[in-house]
Amino acid sequence: MIVSRLTLRIARTQLLAKKKQTTIAALGVTFGIAMFIFMISVMTGVNALLEDTMLMNTPHIRLYNDVTAVRPSLLEETYGNDTIWPVVRHQRPKQTKRNIKGATMIVSDLRSDPAVIGVSAQVTSQVFYNYGPVQLNGVIAGVDILEEDKLFNLRTKMKYGRLEDLPANRDGLIMGIGLARKLNVNPGDRVTVSTPGGSLQSFKVVGIFKTAVGAVDDQKSYANAESVQKILEEDSRYFTEIQVKLRDVNAANAYGKAVFNQYGYKAEDWETANATILQSFVIRNVMTVIVAGTLLVVAGFGIYNIMNMTIYNKMRDIAILKATGFAGSDVRGIFMTQAIIIGLLGGSLGLIFGYIFSYLTSKAPFDGGDVLSIDTFPVNMDYRFYIMGILFGVVTTALAAYFPSRKASKIDPVNILRG
Amino acid sequence: MENVLEAINLNKSFTDPVEFQVLKNISFSVRKGEFLSLMGKSGSGKSTLLYLLSTMDTVYDGQVVINGQLLTGMTQDALSAFRNEHIGFVFQFHFLLPEFSCLENVMLPAMKLNKWSNREIEKKAMEKLELLGVADQAHKLASRLSGGQQQRVAIARALINDPALIMGDEPTGNLDSHNSQNVQEIFRELTTRYHQTIIAVTHDPEFAKGTDRIIELSDGEIVK
Ligand SMILES: Nc1ncnc2c1ncn2[C@@H]1O[C@H](COP(=O)(O)OP(=O)(O)OP(=O)(O)O)[C@@H](O)[C@H]1O
Ligand SMILES: [Mg+2]
Repeated sequence: MIVSRLTLRIARTQLLAKKKQTTIAALGVTFGIAMFIFMISVMTGVNALLEDTMLMNTPHIRLYNDVTAVRPSLLEETYGNDTIWPVVRHQRPKQTKRNIKGATMIVSDLRSDPAVIGVSAQVTSQVFYNYGPVQLNGVIAGVDILEEDKLFNLRTKMKYGRLEDLPANRDGLIMGIGLARKLNVNPGDRVTVSTPGGSLQSFKVVGIFKTAVGAVDDQKSYANAESVQKILEEDSRYFTEIQVKLRDVNAANAYGKAVFNQYGYKAEDWETANATILQSFVIRNVMTVIVAGTLLVVAGFGIYNIMNMTIYNKMRDIAILKATGFAGSDVRGIFMTQAIIIGLLGGSLGLIFGYIFSYLTSKAPFDGGDVLSIDTFPVNMDYRFYIMGILFGVVTTALAAYFPSRKASKIDPVNILRG
Repeated sequence: MENVLEAINLNKSFTDPVEFQVLKNISFSVRKGEFLSLMGKSGSGKSTLLYLLSTMDTVYDGQVVINGQLLTGMTQDALSAFRNEHIGFVFQFHFLLPEFSCLENVMLPAMKLNKWSNREIEKKAMEKLELLGVADQAHKLASRLSGGQQQRVAIARALINDPALIMGDEPTGNLDSHNSQNVQEIFRELTTRYHQTIIAVTHDPEFAKGTDRIIELSDGEIVK
C-alpha cells in the first residue's frame, strides 16, 4: 500500500467533501471506543477496589498451626505401615495448643528478609463480648498494633481514637465498628470479654475501626498481645499466627511454600485464601473484554458498510483516477487512508467521550454501604486503556476498510467509463 | 517518419447479452505528429476502438504497440503508469472528479507522474487552463462547471503531462463553434510544434476536414 502525500491529499479532499458521511462513520467508531473505555474503566475499577479491599484485610501470607491436619495414629508411629495395617476408627485431633512454637524467632527471621515489608505476630481467640445484657460472639486479636498497621494500614481505618492509644492502655481495645454498634458501646466504655476457657477480663474501648469488610467489622477487636495472652492464661511467647506482608504481592504463593518448608507451619497465601473471589474477577474481566469487543465489531461493521457504500458511489472517480494513471495500490491507499483517518478521528473523539463519562462516573456519589468504604463509584483511569482504545479503533477500521479497498483497487476503469 | 502507434489485427467481441463482434480485423498505424480523426456512425465501434488503443480495455485479440513498446498483455498497474506518462485521454462524457477544483483535476495526473515540483505543476496547469479559456474557473469545484467548460478542463488535463499521444472521444462534442475552433487550433499546434500525436473521434465534418487523415469505421471495420 502506497500512502504518499498525493494519496493523502486525495483522501482528505474526498472526506471533506462528504462531511456528513464522514461524521457518521467517525461517530460509529466514537461510540464503540467511548463505550469500550468507559466499560473497561468501570469494570477494572470495581475489580481493583474489591481486590484492594481484599488485600487490605488479608495478609499476603498467614502462618498458623493447622491442628486439623491429618496426623499419624499412635499405632502407625509405633509399628510403621510396612509390617501391619493399622485401622484406627474415629480418630480425633489431639488436644494440642494452637500456638506456633518459636514464634518470636520466626518473626525476627522473616523481618530480616528484604522481600518482607512487615511481619505481625498475633494471638487470636474466639470470645464473647459482654456489655450489659448484650452478649456477642466475636474474635479478639492480641497484636503489636503498630506492626499490624504496617500490614493493613489500620491508621487510615480508625473512625475514632488513635492507634497509639492501645499500647498506652494495658486493657485497651480497638473495636470493629459493626461490633461496637451492635453492642451499643461508645469509646471509653468498658466491655467484658470471656474466653472459651472461661476466664473473664474487662477491656476499655479506646478506638473504633472500619475496614469496610462486614465480616471483620462485626466480629473483630484488637487488643495488646499481653492482655490476650493473659486471658488465655499463656505466657508472652504464645502466638497463634504470624502474618506477613511482602514487597511483591504476586510472590506470595512461592514465598508461602518456602516458609512452609522452612518452619513446618501451614502458610496460606492470599490467592489461595481468596481463590473463589479471584475466579470471579477473571470472569468479570472476560465479560468486559467480550462486551467491549462486540461494541468495536459493531462499529467495524458500520465502517465496512460505509466504506462499501462510499466505494460504490465513487466507482466513477476510481475509474477516472485509474484512466489518468493511478495504480490499483494508489486507489487502495486512498481508501485505506480515509478509513484510518475516520478511525483516528472517531477514536480520538471516543477517547475524549470515554474519559468524560469515566470522569463523571468517578465523581458520582455512590454509597458502598457497610460492605465497601467508598463515597463515589470506583473507576480505574488507566492510560493504557486509552492506548488500547485508539489502537483497537484504528485496527478495526483498517480491517473493515481492507476488503472494500481491495475491491476498489480491482475495479476495471473501462467498464465504468464506457458510459 | 516513425510510427508512434500500431494497431495490429484488432478484434473485439462483447458476449453480453449476445455474442456480438464490435471490431473486426482493425489494422493501421499512426505517425508521430499526425492529427488523425476517427469517424463513423453511432454504434460503429469508435469509442470501443479508442479504449483499446488507449490501453484501458485489455480484453481483445490482436496487438497494440505504442512508441515501439508492445502493450498487449501488460498488467493493469503497468498500463496505468504507461498511460500516465504517454497518453492523454479526453472522454466522450468529460469525466472530472467532482470534489476537486478544476485546477486540482488538471494537476492530479502530473502529481502522480511526480516529475515536476508542485509549484511547476500548478503553473503548467494554469497555462493549460488558460490555453483552453477556462483559467477563470480554475478554483471552482469541477461539478459546478457547465458541460462545455468541463470538457475543456478535461482537455487541459489530457495535456498536462505532455503525452506523446492524445486521444479524444468527441473532445469538441459539447463545444460551441468558437471553442471547437480553438481546440482544433490547439491540437494543430501540438502536432506541428511539439510533434505530439492526436487521435480524435468526431461527428463534425468541419473538424475532420482540418485534420491530416480520416479513418472511417463502419460496423467495426475500417472502410476508408
Ligand atoms: N459493454 C458493452 N456490452 C455490450 N455491447 C456494447 C458494450 N459497449 C458497447 N457495446 C456495443 O458496441 C457497439 C459499439 O459501441 P461504441 O460505444 O464503440 O460506439 P460508438 O461508435 O462510440 O458510438 P457513438 O458515436 O454513439 O459514441 C455498439 O453497438 C454498442 O451497443
Ligand atoms: Mg462513442
